[in-house]
Amino acid sequence: MGYPPKLAELVETLELLSRMERIDYLISVADRFQEVPDNIARRPYGEEHKVPACESEAYMWAEKQSDQTLKLYFAVENPQGISAKAMAVILDENLSGEPAEHLAMVSGDMVYDIFGRELSMGKSMGLMGMVSMVTGSAKKLHAMIAEATS
Amino acid sequence: MSAIESRGYSQPDVLVSSDWVAAHLDDPNVRLVESNEDPLVYPSGHIAGAVEVDWTRDLNDQLRRDYLDKDGFEALARRIGITSETTVVFYGDKNNWWACYAFWVFQLFGHDNAKVMDGGRLKWHREGRDFVRDQPSYAATTYKAPARDDSSIRAFRDQVLVHAEKQLPLVDVRSPEEYSGERLHMPDFPNEGALRGGHIPGAKSVPWARAINPEDGSFLSASELRAIYQDEQGLDPSDNVVAYCRIGERSSHTWFVLTYLLGFENVRNYDGSWTEWGNLVGAPIEK
Repeated sequence: MGYPPKLAELVETLELLSRMERIDYLISVADRFQEVPDNIARRPYGEEHKVPACESEAYMWAEKQSDQTLKLYFAVENPQGISAKAMAVILDENLSGEPAEHLAMVSGDMVYDIFGRELSMGKSMGLMGMVSMVTGSAKKLHAMIAEATS
Repeated sequence: MSAIESRGYSQPDVLVSSDWVAAHLDDPNVRLVESNEDPLVYPSGHIAGAVEVDWTRDLNDQLRRDYLDKDGFEALARRIGITSETTVVFYGDKNNWWACYAFWVFQLFGHDNAKVMDGGRLKWHREGRDFVRDQPSYAATTYKAPARDDSSIRAFRDQVLVHAEKQLPLVDVRSPEEYSGERLHMPDFPNEGALRGGHIPGAKSVPWARAINPEDGSFLSASELRAIYQDEQGLDPSDNVVAYCRIGERSSHTWFVLTYLLGFENVRNYDGSWTEWGNLVGAPIEK
């Protein structure tokens, strides 16, 4: 599957849960969502940070850390964007601080591993868009690191 | 005259306001049904007393690509505790997109004692009304449904082929990018993807959400809707119209608008939609 360790552990745990247990867990995760702090971004958010295909109007920022990893931040403008908020928390808690090369390899399939298969195409597209924003930033950072060390 | 009645709809009684719902929360003859795209939304908070009807698990046959049958509908009705006399009020996320889809499926079984809460979750939320997480349970009921009737509000592939050949009105309610064929689908979506992009020849492009006031998710007034569907697109209430999207969900919203709000007499929803048409060998396509 190729997930970084924390994310792999989460996916293994979710596999053991019933549908309702998974939903309850994801809602509790969404409750932890915290919007991007003002020192990172303020409204109106730049279009370059907008997650493609996400109907919950999610935005993503990836801040490079001194240890050459990324810290992820999100905003979700739709107050009913519960899945987007849960996804934002999971991406931050499980991928922030991981090496960029590991983040770059995370597959969009993680959406199904986290939420299960009962997702509409539109919902899946938005959540996969969040993953692709993260992997895109990680790829850029990884390329910068590789160039600097070559 | 209520705000809904003042909008000039053909059948204003099919809509209820959030005030009406708030006043009927304890009415045993009313069942609130929430239908959403996002499976986390209902469990995270819903209107008190509302049950969830999920479009994938509750409305679809789990084996064939089709809707539930008579037995399945009766089982669903028993689960949510309704009889044929119960007024079922649908609401949900995405401007009632999925609520209208559930409403449409209920009409396949003739449950015409059905309404939609104008504005859905968005309006309820914007008005600062409460959502609760307690999931209600209702005593199982006995519901005798008729056999599903696909003849009047549902269109099938072969019928749509003839419809297109006759150059009868078709309404494509997808996004302009899908209509033009610019966007097909995301990778890894074999169930909802299509091999070809574009639209059914002659179809008019009217994205479904144009019928909605984006501020609060409520439906536009009849005159505003007429300006779109009749004045701009040239449709007439007497037309034989087929609406379609990708799998028939968004087009059920447009079916609702044309049928109940504008009084079109003969509108069918082609639920095979682009996932069928765009994969159909030899089917004519326009870009």
